[in-house]
Amino acid sequence: MFSKSAIKEIEEIRAKYPDSRSALLPALYIAQREYGWLTPEAMESVASALNIPSAIVKGVSTFYAMFKHKQMGRHLIQLCTNISCMILGAETLVDFLKNKYGLEEGGITPNGRFSLVIMECIGGCDVAPVMLVDNDFYGNLTEEKIENILGRYQ
Amino acid sequence: MERVLLKNIDNRNSADISEYEKIGGYSSLRKALGIQPKDIIEEVKKSGLRGRGGAGFPTGMKWAFAAADPKFPKYLLCNADEGEPGTFKDRPILEKNPHLLIEGMVISAYALGAEYSYIYLRGEYPSAKDILNKAISQAVKKGYLGNNILGKGFKLHLSVHQGAGAYICGEETALIESLEGFRGQPRIKPPFPVNVGAWNMPTVINNVETLSNIPYILQAGGDVYSKIGSKDCPGPKLYCISGHVKRPGVYELPMGTILREIIYTHAGGIKGGKKLKAVIPGGISTPVLPADQIDCPMDFISMSKSGSMLGSGAIIVMDESVCMVKVLYRAMKFFEHESCGKCTPCREGTGWLSSIIGRIENGKGKKEDIELLSDVAGNISGKTFCPLGDGAATVSMSMIKHFRDEFEEHIKGGCKYKILHNVIPA
Repeated sequence: MFSKSAIKEIEEIRAKYPDSRSALLPALYIAQREYGWLTPEAMESVASALNIPSAIVKGVSTFYAMFKHKQMGRHLIQLCTNISCMILGAETLVDFLKNKYGLEEGGITPNGRFSLVIMECIGGCDVAPVMLVDNDFYGNLTEEKIENILGRYQ
Repeated sequence: MERVLLKNIDNRNSADISEYEKIGGYSSLRKALGIQPKDIIEEVKKSGLRGRGGAGFPTGMKWAFAAADPKFPKYLLCNADEGEPGTFKDRPILEKNPHLLIEGMVISAYALGAEYSYIYLRGEYPSAKDILNKAISQAVKKGYLGNNILGKGFKLHLSVHQGAGAYICGEETALIESLEGFRGQPRIKPPFPVNVGAWNMPTVINNVETLSNIPYILQAGGDVYSKIGSKDCPGPKLYCISGHVKRPGVYELPMGTILREIIYTHAGGIKGGKKLKAVIPGGISTPVLPADQIDCPMDFISMSKSGSMLGSGAIIVMDESVCMVKVLYRAMKFFEHESCGKCTPCREGTGWLSSIIGRIENGKGKKEDIELLSDVAGNISGKTFCPLGDGAATVSMSMIKHFRDEFEEHIKGGCKYKILHNVIPA
């Protein structure tokens, strides 16, 4: 179950809305932070904290790309390959991540260090190609630059 | 033109409330709270402001509909789910000028009689979330938000609601569904959100940029505002330009600035000595324009006359090295992935379009595929709840219209544009 502080956090968020269902997305983010990904137990915790059926929690959470339903690496690489990034070489970077780190789209490195998610636009087109590593944004990417950046995430 | 929306953003601490107050920030709110709400709506109507999210609906009219509905409570939602590929225009406001947005929201909420308000922020902007939350607590401390704003008895609570990576939630009724804790699937309209919106109450949903225009309209007056830029859709506009230009970025220019001028004067023209091939003028849901059709004013009305749309003002510039079939294929993969699945023509149609375009790109296209694409696109257009399917269909049709030769060449001999896969910026 949730930690006391997570439950308190959810209660505070709940108070911002006219009903508890509206706190579902924020509560799922908290569950993901607490459990690493949306394990069955994490979704049960959300359901009981908000008093809504767990089938609804599962149904809603699977609609949204940023809610993870399987184990992810310690660090999440989210690389954009939409048009502005694609025409500036993003696909070559996907190949680079595959060859250098063994990362497939949606996959995880054998040591559990990284996961890769191919993103639609993340709103950094002026410095394309771009990626997020966890919550940190990086632009004007090259293979060399990615290697340097990823070295900081152990 | 004096900058209205991006004023001050070059200062290092522009997101801090004291920096914002130094340049006159929150003085429009002070002024607004001394005016009757209905007179504020009149001023916004007079300004001619149209929504900057893409649809271009007159903001004052939207507000008047919601204000006229007798039901309470009413809600004000800010659409900060900037997800249209190529779009990054709201980001500088969210990250560097959050108090401009907050001030605009408090004025708007006062005009509507809303006491609770939410910023629906896309999940892909984690740093904007922290910046907005900090700005909100600063504004509460200074009495610009809370139970008794500036001692005038007006109450407003503002929260950030973080989306979770679904493009469709930028569509206003899907945004409401998502805010309420549902899958982000659009509702049929009517009823419109101004009458039956969030929690079934009258709701105004405005884009970040739209709301950020409000403080200036209050300060300068609707008449002055209406003289900036195009006559029928006035005001300053944020254009975000990316792709093969020398100076990509966000430019605040008068609405109606000529597309060619934005590309060549402001963004410095095409980089690397290459030739311009095509431009997507308003995000990837807007029809593509070939290089010889970029002398159009970038506003809502002129762009629809020019065979495209202003959309979000997201200009993607492509040089001669780019394969248009590949671009359409990537765009269609996006639509297929982001279709919410509610309407069959969109759910099935985007999948079919993507697989047909994919086989053309991969040298396995059949002679009849171009007609098949038109047929599938025609069966999506106008047959869905929301504009996502229409976007997928019209973009495909515009690509075939302007670059039919390239599709035919692909069907005959496969893709010759392998260069695309080797372009890495210096």
